[in-house]
Amino acid sequence: MAPADITMTDKTANLADARARRSKLGIWMSRAWRFRMGVFGGLIFALLVVMAVFAPWIATHDPFEQDILFRLTPPVFLAGGDWEHWLGTDQLGRDLFSRIVYGARISLAIGVGAVLVAGLIGVVMGLLAGFFGGWLDAIVDFSINAMLAFPFILLAMTLVIVLGASMENIILALGISNWPIFARVARVETKKLREQEFVVAAQALGYSTVRVIFRHILPNLTAPILVIATVEIARSIIRETFLSFLGLGVQPPTPSWGLMLSEGRDYILTIWWLSTLPGVAIFLAALGINLTGDALRDFFDPRLKRR
Amino acid sequence: MRQYISKKLLHAIGVALVISIVSFFLLFYTADPATMLLPENADDEDIAAFNAAYGLDRPLLVQYADYMGKFIGGFDFGTSWVAKVPASQLVGDALWPTLLLALVSQIIAVGLAIPLGIISAIKRNSLLDNFTTLFVLIGQAMPLFWLGIVLMIVFGVYLQWLPVSGSGSWLHIILPAVTLASFVLPLNMRLVRSGMLEVMNQDYIRTARAKGVFENKVIARHALRNATIPLVTVTGIQFGALLGGAVVTETVFSWPGLGRLAVESIRVGDFPVVQAIVMILAGFTILANLAADIGVAWLDPRIRFD
Repeated sequence: MAPADITMTDKTANLADARARRSKLGIWMSRAWRFRMGVFGGLIFALLVVMAVFAPWIATHDPFEQDILFRLTPPVFLAGGDWEHWLGTDQLGRDLFSRIVYGARISLAIGVGAVLVAGLIGVVMGLLAGFFGGWLDAIVDFSINAMLAFPFILLAMTLVIVLGASMENIILALGISNWPIFARVARVETKKLREQEFVVAAQALGYSTVRVIFRHILPNLTAPILVIATVEIARSIIRETFLSFLGLGVQPPTPSWGLMLSEGRDYILTIWWLSTLPGVAIFLAALGINLTGDALRDFFDPRLKRR
Repeated sequence: MRQYISKKLLHAIGVALVISIVSFFLLFYTADPATMLLPENADDEDIAAFNAAYGLDRPLLVQYADYMGKFIGGFDFGTSWVAKVPASQLVGDALWPTLLLALVSQIIAVGLAIPLGIISAIKRNSLLDNFTTLFVLIGQAMPLFWLGIVLMIVFGVYLQWLPVSGSGSWLHIILPAVTLASFVLPLNMRLVRSGMLEVMNQDYIRTARAKGVFENKVIARHALRNATIPLVTVTGIQFGALLGGAVVTETVFSWPGLGRLAVESIRVGDFPVVQAIVMILAGFTILANLAADIGVAWLDPRIRFD
């Protein structure tokens, strides 16, 4: 083979490669454009996670450090603000930006933790009820209805009072109050899946019930559960802010967004940014997570797109 | 239809019973009211006296049976441990403000959701449709009490158009009702929109149009009735959420309803009042669900035979 030939084939190969790469990129670009709101939401969500994980490196100050001389300094974009505390300081002279960054940890931990608790209880109950049917299904269905009629916030509040207001207990209280949402979906989906041919085939092959449930049914529940889980993370974050507002949330001096919001309420007419900034953080976080959830739903179930 | 209703009714009674049991055991078994309510220097004798006075020294099952007996006998929810008056009296005074608030905000929410949902479904991807979608997204990401506080500052403090909190005149209900309505409006709007989108593609709509029925009449007569079925179901289910939202809203606006009473009672450990509120709120939720079930069966006869 002549050397020229080799270069020719290399060139064509490179060209074909590039074309394939470009079209793959093109596909991804058009997909990203179709789910642009979801991409936007996902970016906010990712930012939240980065803030939570790398809080010590992102924060400019110790979130607990009080500097009484610099109490209630305004953010840098208002008169009297300076770059040392660029989002200002709170009533105890703590750096607001650093507290918001660390607050992402608390909010995310509560949101994800509460969803894990609710999801675990709910999915197991829904799976078993949907798969076995009969009296088990009747009991689970009944419990779901009863729990949904229970005033959610009163249940969560009572649980916090009974258990004591700590972060673990708030996660537990929000999770326990929220399992029916997951159970309801898991139950209905399992019922549909149980009748499908691949499940019947797996049973006919003599696979154990445990294997059928965990290897054949559970993986197919991932999409609907993931969609609800995302939205419920946002809802749990918002619910924590209300518990904090009532003094039943995370206790001071923990930098929780809800707590900061309710502490700033006393100054709202004069020092409005004190509660507005954590309020914006909560709003953006919930918005980002909700958009991600919407995009996931459209992705998994295109039938529902733009409804 | 009668069989359907009696089946649903039986189910509703069962749910109510379970809720009464769960909340009673949660409140009266896990918490220790004497330590919450008595002064810190109370000795064992004081605690025993307190427990004896309210019958808390009896076995829990006996307490529950006694409680339910009195409740069924004459809506007696026991005596408030703090105010020392019948819990039913406290709850009764707070019930009407909450129902009024829930009703007004539901009227606002449904009244806005239907026209906005229809318009955004018919004029898809128009400016209004996109605006509606944005509004829904914002509504879902905003903590309810924060919205309440913002409304309070804008309309109460700066513009001074409306009273900031409390009750008394019809002006007082506007801010809390709007706040609470915003809690359920996004979902309602979404439901009407998706319901309309689905219905407008159906054969009977094409038939109606082909017959020469005016477009307005097609929408009002043929489409809307079917498009609002999910809204009716959800309005029932949502009633519970609405009452939960009332807890938040009433606390922010000092509205003298059940929600505020519940928050205060949970805080101080006045459990007979909490139990009474849980039973009343759950009772209303169950009734609303029942009404929704019957309403849907009336709108869509197929459901009766499921």
